[in-house]
Amino acid sequence: MIESGSSVVRFDRVQKSYDGETLVIKDLNLEIEAGEFLTMLGPSGSGKTTCLMMLAGFEPATHGEIYLNGRPINNVAPHRRDIGMVFQNYALFPHMTVAENLAFPLQVRRLSRADVQARVERVLHMVRLSGFGSRRPAQLSGGQQQRVAVARALVFEPALILMDEPLGALDKNLREEMQYEIKHIHETLGVTVIYVTHDQTEALTMSSRIAVFNDGVIQQLAAPSVLYEEPENCFVAQFIGENNRLQGTVESVDGAFCRVALDDGERVRALNVNVDGEREPTTLSLRPERVAIDPKGEAADNVVSGRVEELIYLGDHIRARLTVAGNDAFIVKVPNAQGHASLREGARVRLGWAAEDCRALDAPGTGSAPG
Amino acid sequence: MSTTTDRVMRTADGLPLKLSLQKALARSRLRAALLVLPLLGFLVVAFLLPIGDMLFRSVDNRIVGSILPRTALAIQGWDADGTELPGEAVFEALVRDMQAAAKERTLGRAARRLNYEKPGMSSLFRKSGRRAKRITGPSWRDRLIGIDKRWADINVWRLIHRESGALTGSYFLSAVDLSLNDRAELVRQPEPRRIYLTLFGRTVWMSGLITVLCLLLAYPVAYLLATQPLRVSNLLMILVLLPFWTSLLVRTTSWIALLQTEGVLNDLLVFAGLISEDGRLQMIHNKFGTFVAMVHILLPFMILPLYSVMKTIPPSLMRAARSLGATPFTAFVRVYMPNTVSGVGAGCIMVFILSIGYYITPALVGGRTGTFISNFIAIHVSETLNWGLAAALGVLLLGLVLALYLLYDRIVGIDNMKLG
Amino acid sequence: MKHAFRPLAAAAALALAAGGAHAQNLTIVSWGGAYTASQQQAYHDPYMAANPGVKIISDDSASEGLAKLRAQVESGTVTWDVVDMVAADAIVACDEGLLETVEPDSWLAAAPDGTPASKDFIAGTLTIGGTNCFIPQIVYSTTFGYRTDAFKGRQPSTIADVFDLKTFPGKRALEKKPIANLEWALIADGVPGKDVYKVLATPEGVTRAFAKLDTIKDQVVWWTKGAQPPQLLADGEVVIASAYNGRLFSAIVEKKQPIAMLWDWQAFDLDGWVVPRGAKKLPAIRKYLRFATDTQRLADQAKYISYGPARNSSIPLVGKHAKLGIDMKPHMPTNPKNAKTILLFDYVWWADHRAELDERFNAWLAK
Repeated sequence: MIESGSSVVRFDRVQKSYDGETLVIKDLNLEIEAGEFLTMLGPSGSGKTTCLMMLAGFEPATHGEIYLNGRPINNVAPHRRDIGMVFQNYALFPHMTVAENLAFPLQVRRLSRADVQARVERVLHMVRLSGFGSRRPAQLSGGQQQRVAVARALVFEPALILMDEPLGALDKNLREEMQYEIKHIHETLGVTVIYVTHDQTEALTMSSRIAVFNDGVIQQLAAPSVLYEEPENCFVAQFIGENNRLQGTVESVDGAFCRVALDDGERVRALNVNVDGEREPTTLSLRPERVAIDPKGEAADNVVSGRVEELIYLGDHIRARLTVAGNDAFIVKVPNAQGHASLREGARVRLGWAAEDCRALDAPGTGSAPG
Repeated sequence: MSTTTDRVMRTADGLPLKLSLQKALARSRLRAALLVLPLLGFLVVAFLLPIGDMLFRSVDNRIVGSILPRTALAIQGWDADGTELPGEAVFEALVRDMQAAAKERTLGRAARRLNYEKPGMSSLFRKSGRRAKRITGPSWRDRLIGIDKRWADINVWRLIHRESGALTGSYFLSAVDLSLNDRAELVRQPEPRRIYLTLFGRTVWMSGLITVLCLLLAYPVAYLLATQPLRVSNLLMILVLLPFWTSLLVRTTSWIALLQTEGVLNDLLVFAGLISEDGRLQMIHNKFGTFVAMVHILLPFMILPLYSVMKTIPPSLMRAARSLGATPFTAFVRVYMPNTVSGVGAGCIMVFILSIGYYITPALVGGRTGTFISNFIAIHVSETLNWGLAAALGVLLLGLVLALYLLYDRIVGIDNMKLG
Repeated sequence: MKHAFRPLAAAAALALAAGGAHAQNLTIVSWGGAYTASQQQAYHDPYMAANPGVKIISDDSASEGLAKLRAQVESGTVTWDVVDMVAADAIVACDEGLLETVEPDSWLAAAPDGTPASKDFIAGTLTIGGTNCFIPQIVYSTTFGYRTDAFKGRQPSTIADVFDLKTFPGKRALEKKPIANLEWALIADGVPGKDVYKVLATPEGVTRAFAKLDTIKDQVVWWTKGAQPPQLLADGEVVIASAYNGRLFSAIVEKKQPIAMLWDWQAFDLDGWVVPRGAKKLPAIRKYLRFATDTQRLADQAKYISYGPARNSSIPLVGKHAKLGIDMKPHMPTNPKNAKTILLFDYVWWADHRAELDERFNAWLAK
């Protein structure tokens, strides 16, 4: 059991079902520290938005308890939870001006008129929209509306802000700009942010921790670098960053390492991360940038052969697609450095990598996943 | 000069760019015009012409002048403000006109027209028209007065003088309970005859209350329709539309069966012991009956625009308000309701306009205190054939609607109206 | 091009004329329901049987007859051939010049004994209100019916009883028009029947009539459609109602409702045929009218509906109800037993005062 009181939010064995037949959230346990920027990342339908809605109070938990600042909140109405929320399409009130939108949470809290005005000014300044107070939301650009939505969630100084895919409607450039802006606001104010997205780059850029959701379960909860470098299961490895997968069977386990027979018979050594035991199927996960072509013998623990299928010239590097051990989507990034290997399509090459870079994970479909 | 001409943008072959653009657009414009032509033609024939005709009928006064042309001409020279009867020439003109009109059988129309202004003119003309055949020479005046001594009444001649012009305002005067007295002074109708202003007033306030009642009943229904899952809302929508597919007469008659003193509702109340057998409630053939039946009939016209507006309000708006600290009530009042204003406006205008023009339902269930101005328009169109007065009443009603429309535009803005 | 069409047009005209000779449609407008059915059986069917070339098309829009007729005549597109109208409407239409004039003796068949039509129709009915456009078919009356289970002991029998709320408590139903109601009010107030219009012609007389109506105003349900009063009586909504006598007959005899007739001062009225001015098939129309208004045909109609024939020579021929087999004579408004006291409308007086009294009546209602 997690000790209560130290965290801002705690999900304790929370389950959620809409139809009484299937669980969209299966036994969720999650603790979020004050000042954290936690991102719930996952494909659509993975349960991340449901989590957020339960926390905001718009969906009741079917089972389990959610704590806010140590207080159970299952029976607290949404308007009394004091949680700021930024919605997917901003949900700005179209009939109010920007200033009225920002004043709304303060007015319902019965702040004095002067107080309201001062705070609205301050928060407008913070999101660089001073002077836009009398505009209507429809008169603002998408990015500006986004900033108003963030400002509105902040203006009443909640300890916790929820953001539900807030940048989904923006174009790429604006999205990147806003990512930094939100991150900046988070750092300045020190509020706790729970952020929902299906965009892994966004998650990696902004978060202090990321909870990867799939199928109603958190697959892995870790800092961005850990998630990328040390995925704990096949789903996470595949979902975060680019990944090469090789199917095989565990031959022997040797402490932190194991020996795996690939489907075409070649044998490799891999880091034992998440295998079920000897003679069990496994998936090897290998980042493209960790594979060397034509390794100088001593540098690689594993050397296999592959056939070059396709070469894409990308300036700083060349992206090579090869067939390796039956996988014809094996990607290798060849740095466009001095004296790099010259490749031809159709050529057979030798590939090498270190055993530590090759993680033996669960085989897809076996369903083994950490809770 | 040369500098300005040089500035004109030209196409590659030297034509001014603007001209070239116009040419290019002219064809597509023509095509668009041809497409709307049938509808335009239909509107003109089926809508503008009848309305124009109605507008004109409310002031058209050619009856007297065309049926009694000689009289209309001869009486121009007579001093209607004096105390003398018109001269012999006018009497002769009238006799000759009556003889001609009797042959053409048009005298009745002139008589009925003048009778609107002065009761008794109908019988005067009818009687004189029959006997005027026998008058062949002087003294025209004595012989006409011999037929009916009312011809010696100077006010009869003043009336003919007044109403022989091509246009008249008297229909409009009647429509607001005014009239011209014998000396052509504007006076109110005698108290027992004043009816139209009362009816206009009643039509407006009852329609207003019907609109408010419709709004109060329709709002929650529309809200349910817009927020329930599709399966439930479709069923609800059918229930809302069902009355639409039932004959108006059937619905109105059903209300009579339900609400009359020996009706189902009273029977239930007596059975339940809430009222005594002698204390049965009068719920139909009065204002109450009109309210109930009209609200029921017009309810869909309020629900549908409300629903179509509510459907476009994202649920996240209410959630946002709640998350910002608003109680459900505050969120509803300050966020949801203002966003339905366009639907409320559209529904209210629709129900109100339909309501002030309704006549079948008020005629059947309104009794003596629940009838509308439109019932009188119907009477004047189909029973008394006083189409001039019907048109004047209709024009006033139309003016009322337009005034309300403009008022709405001022307050809410027509652009904000969503009809469906 | 123009010339090329000419023979074609001529051929078309010929074809039309020829077609007209073979099969002719007559559009006859009436009230629908039981009334049109009685005309169908008494007039239309026998006429079509005797004239195979004629097809009679029934149009049930007589209730809007006046307005539609005016629209047709004014626009010059008369599609109706014969229209059934009540006398009051026929007078208005005739005054407005919307109708063909009728010459009774050349248009209408004489009685079997040779009496010309102008003498055989009940006196004054062919020239009602001083007009000459109207051929009466039936005499009907607006009279009273009361619920037989409403009063213990003495039953209402006079017009004064209708206004007597003390002896005969309960709701009344009256037509929402001043005509008849004002006359009845004066008679109930003691004015002799023959002096009614003399009194009504004075402002005091009108005031007196309204004052009498005031005494029952709170207890009156006002009806506008002929079907309403029998229904109101049947539902027990009212205990006494004015109604068309044929509607009451149907409620009493055919539907066996506990209702009885109160004939005192029944208001006689006429319903008959008019021909729109500019009707295109005048010869065919006249032929039909000559047949449909002869002595036997008018007597036949009374087999199907309890309205009295407008010809004196038809009255003795009235027989039994076609379905129920009962003798229709006692149910005729013209039966001497029923017609001891009758109110004859003064249409000329009403033409002068209708607009004024309509307004006053409705203003009075609204108060």
